[in-house]
Amino acid sequence: MLAVENLVMRYGPVEAVRGISFNVGQGEIVALLGANGAGKSTTLASIAGLLKPTSGTITYNGRPVSGLPPETLSRQGVSLVPEGRRIFSSLSVAENLWLGGASHANADDRRARQNEMEERFPILRERTRQKAGLLSGGEQQMLSIARALMSKPKLLLLDEPSLGLAPQMVERVFDLIASLRDEGITILLVEQNVPMSLAIADHGIVLANGRIAISGTGAELARDSKVSETYLAA
Amino acid sequence: MDVFLQQCVNAISLGGIYALLALGLAVVFSIVRLINFAHGEVMTVAGYAIWFALLSSVPVAAAILLGVVVAMLASVAMERIAFRAMRGANVTSLLITSFAVSEIIKVFFQNGITARPVPIVLPAWMSGTVNIGFLTISVMSIISITVVILSLIALTLVLTRTTLGVAMRAAAEDFPVVRLVGIKANHVVALAFAISGVLAGVTAVLWVAQRGSVDPLMGAAPVLKAFIATVLGGLGSLSGAVAGGFAVGIVEVFLQGYLPESVAPYREAISLSIIIAILVARPDGLLPAQNVNRS
Repeated sequence: MLAVENLVMRYGPVEAVRGISFNVGQGEIVALLGANGAGKSTTLASIAGLLKPTSGTITYNGRPVSGLPPETLSRQGVSLVPEGRRIFSSLSVAENLWLGGASHANADDRRARQNEMEERFPILRERTRQKAGLLSGGEQQMLSIARALMSKPKLLLLDEPSLGLAPQMVERVFDLIASLRDEGITILLVEQNVPMSLAIADHGIVLANGRIAISGTGAELARDSKVSETYLAA
Repeated sequence: MDVFLQQCVNAISLGGIYALLALGLAVVFSIVRLINFAHGEVMTVAGYAIWFALLSSVPVAAAILLGVVVAMLASVAMERIAFRAMRGANVTSLLITSFAVSEIIKVFFQNGITARPVPIVLPAWMSGTVNIGFLTISVMSIISITVVILSLIALTLVLTRTTLGVAMRAAAEDFPVVRLVGIKANHVVALAFAISGVLAGVTAVLWVAQRGSVDPLMGAAPVLKAFIATVLGGLGSLSGAVAGGFAVGIVEVFLQGYLPESVAPYREAISLSIIIAILVARPDGLLPAQNVNRS
């Protein structure tokens, strides 16, 4: 469904990503792991269209999409849950969700989808009129994911969704990701929580200094002692 | 007492005009970080459109509507022609671009029409007065205040009831994420300039109606006041722009009304000193913008 080939991302003199290639198959969870600065978020941002690749190609559903603007990618079914949640804090919870559904052509579909999201995340229904900035960290993460789901994405990109959350909330987030995959959404997950990510991932990729250090199935990587070494060393 | 109340009406009426202009600046600034000094020239363009329409014997109501529509188009065209190419440039480059646009438009009217004011004749009833109790209020003040209130209500509805309006508020906080949910950046920016243009057009109608003439520099002075108002209210904050606009109008009218003859020439200096004093006490403005996370 998604193929990244020889992706290079450079900021001025700094090469954040130095030629990585990987595939994400339909209905899979692929976990992109690695230390801070390994190039995970940069890779995700370039797939979502927020950053233009310096070189390399990104193919989505058989079509080249590198360099397309984020609004086009979003309309083609790619949705990003950005690092740090980035909900619109001065807008109400309902307005945040409503904006997430901007790509629906039909207002009834959009309203129905918003209803589904509020059923899935009851806390959002309770707080519908509240300013999103007043939600707790975990609730904001739920809102950020729900906002991304509003567009009925086929490919969901998640950037550090468990960062800064309380342990039970972390568990809920990972359960949610697994159940989204079971509903048929393809997921590319960037995480720092290695054990929990590998427990739900079909494939794992460990990045170090902008290159792929190790890759394999989730179960393989979970057994591999090098993973935690590479992860901690970089 | 009645003089004081009359001054209050004048202050609200002038403050409202500054508030609308300041809102026009703030709406654009909150989204593209551009302080558009050509905003005053959007007013000027609207003024000449009204003048031309009246000269061609178009009915007054249609001429006013035309002025507002032309202002909206002028503002959107300005973005499309001058500012879009500069998107993402630093604040200084954007500022210089806006000065360039402003100068070009001024020179165009100076050389293309005339540097002198051209008269605009509006129906006599608009320059009359009405007595409410012991107050004598000009019809123009009543019209101004009503128009300002209606404009603020209309803007609030656009910003809270339409997807693109809500997206504009979101974009003031975090533009990249607005694009991530599938809303086209160009649409949001175009709407901001359209709203800004309509506000400048409405202001132009009120301004022209009060002064009875149009000249190439007519937008320069009010937009400077509006700029002061946006800074006073908190740059990029919409409610701040309104508060700042009223504050500037109130200070100006009361200094004009109550300052002794001997210090009258220092009026502007005194009013700016008061504003500096407010900014010293509240450096982020009266109602600062809330946005925090901006890359």
